[in-house]
Amino acid sequence: MQSSGALRPIVIPGEAVGGPGLKPGPGTYSEGGRVFAAQLGIRNEHEGLVSVIPLNGRYIPQRGDAVIGEVVDQGPSHWLVDINSPYPAPLHATESPWRVEFGDTARYLKVGDVIMCHVLSVDEIKRVQLTMQEREARRLTGGMVIEISPTKVPRVIGKQGSMVSLIMDLTGCRIYVGQNGRIWLDGDDRSAAIATMAIRLIEERAQAVGLTEAVRELIEREKGRGRGPRPS
Amino acid sequence: MEDIEHIEKEMKLINSDGRRLDGRSFDELRPIRIEAGVLRRADGSAYIEWGGNKVLAAVYGPREAHPRHLQDPARALVQCRYNMAPFSVSDRKRPGPDRRSVEISKVISEAFSSVVFKEQFPRTSVDIFIEVLQADAGTRCAGLTAASVALADAGVPMRDLVTSCASGKIDDVVCLDLNKDEDNFGDADCPMAIVPRTGDVVLLQMDGHLTYDEFQKAMGLSIDATKRIYEMQRDALRRRYSVTLEDILKEAPPAAAPVEPEPEQPPEDDFGPEGI
Repeated sequence: MQSSGALRPIVIPGEAVGGPGLKPGPGTYSEGGRVFAAQLGIRNEHEGLVSVIPLNGRYIPQRGDAVIGEVVDQGPSHWLVDINSPYPAPLHATESPWRVEFGDTARYLKVGDVIMCHVLSVDEIKRVQLTMQEREARRLTGGMVIEISPTKVPRVIGKQGSMVSLIMDLTGCRIYVGQNGRIWLDGDDRSAAIATMAIRLIEERAQAVGLTEAVRELIEREKGRGRGPRPS
Repeated sequence: MEDIEHIEKEMKLINSDGRRLDGRSFDELRPIRIEAGVLRRADGSAYIEWGGNKVLAAVYGPREAHPRHLQDPARALVQCRYNMAPFSVSDRKRPGPDRRSVEISKVISEAFSSVVFKEQFPRTSVDIFIEVLQADAGTRCAGLTAASVALADAGVPMRDLVTSCASGKIDDVVCLDLNKDEDNFGDADCPMAIVPRTGDVVLLQMDGHLTYDEFQKAMGLSIDATKRIYEMQRDALRRRYSVTLEDILKEAPPAAAPVEPEPEQPPEDDFGPEGI
């Protein structure tokens, strides 16, 4: 692969990432007029705001995030959904796309079901509420869910969804990427396997330049494999 | 434990050249090797070899704090468990928490809770596990140093890495980083942990007696050493994340091609092809 890794240097917690005049963004903190990294990651400066893009970490829900969750419990008027974050996330029956009678939640979603939903609100003590009122919210049937590090999600999606649509176009899979690092994909076994490999490559190579080309190459190579005479 | 009764009473811990039992000078560290990201299931992990010490550290979280009544609605808990493997010392260590390991767990978790940005993760806990596989004095320093790398590897927001080192007194000489014999037969041992960027002391203990001047000298030696250890910690983290594409493709197992089903073989039976 020609896109060998020109990697951006990483910063380590406590490292100075900016002097006076720069504002501390996410992943940083300021002390005595200087800005320091709070997380292990890549330094990013944009319009006087320094931030550190973390390389690792847990998913912390934010309002409006599309997430893929698994129903882990049900009450008479809500479901409890595991969204791969440190906080339990209830989905109230009134936020579901169905007219749910009190005590009749099990008819619509059961424990173990996987749903695509959105974060409705997060308050200051990180109480999370989910909603399924958005257009693409649904119960996911068939396919499979893979998990990646939530910090790599922006790279899997790409600019304006370029990366995920590349994978979808080349493999023919249907893919949903949740901000919480869960990815649902559906397609025939072979293309789903290739798409998984492509996503794993992105996860490993999240900081590399020329990632799109590397992914395209991988998918095309894998698609070509097994077409020709099979080794005996 | 060595049989103290049969040790010569005039045993010298420092020879006439000022060299210690293992040939180090008074301000020399034992060889240290740190590796980050050694465990797959943990959110962050590190392994350290510090002289004869071998310590594994794993970090989980921030995750939901259990039991629930421990949750703090304003900030995260930083919990630590320091544990010694039964085979880590020369006599079998009775497994399970004891007075010593409970104390070490407490002081280490307090050291970390002063650097982690706990307010960002209310109601959660950050769990640090330190497993001593082989002990040779200074395990709490080794464990803390490794745990700090593991914490950064887990992506937990923190003010700085925490770096730790011990100094002590042997044969009336203040020395850096005592090994097991020096610790057992020396006069004092003083482990400390600092936040290198600010110089804040986040852990300070002492076993034995030091005069004020000796203590000052021990502090100076430790602070000096933590600067060197800090660089090793940073180096371990950089090595973990600065692999090039070639390295990954080399390491990755040959891409598992989805197996295509073999074409159906006609069933072999004794009656020949069908229809005859």
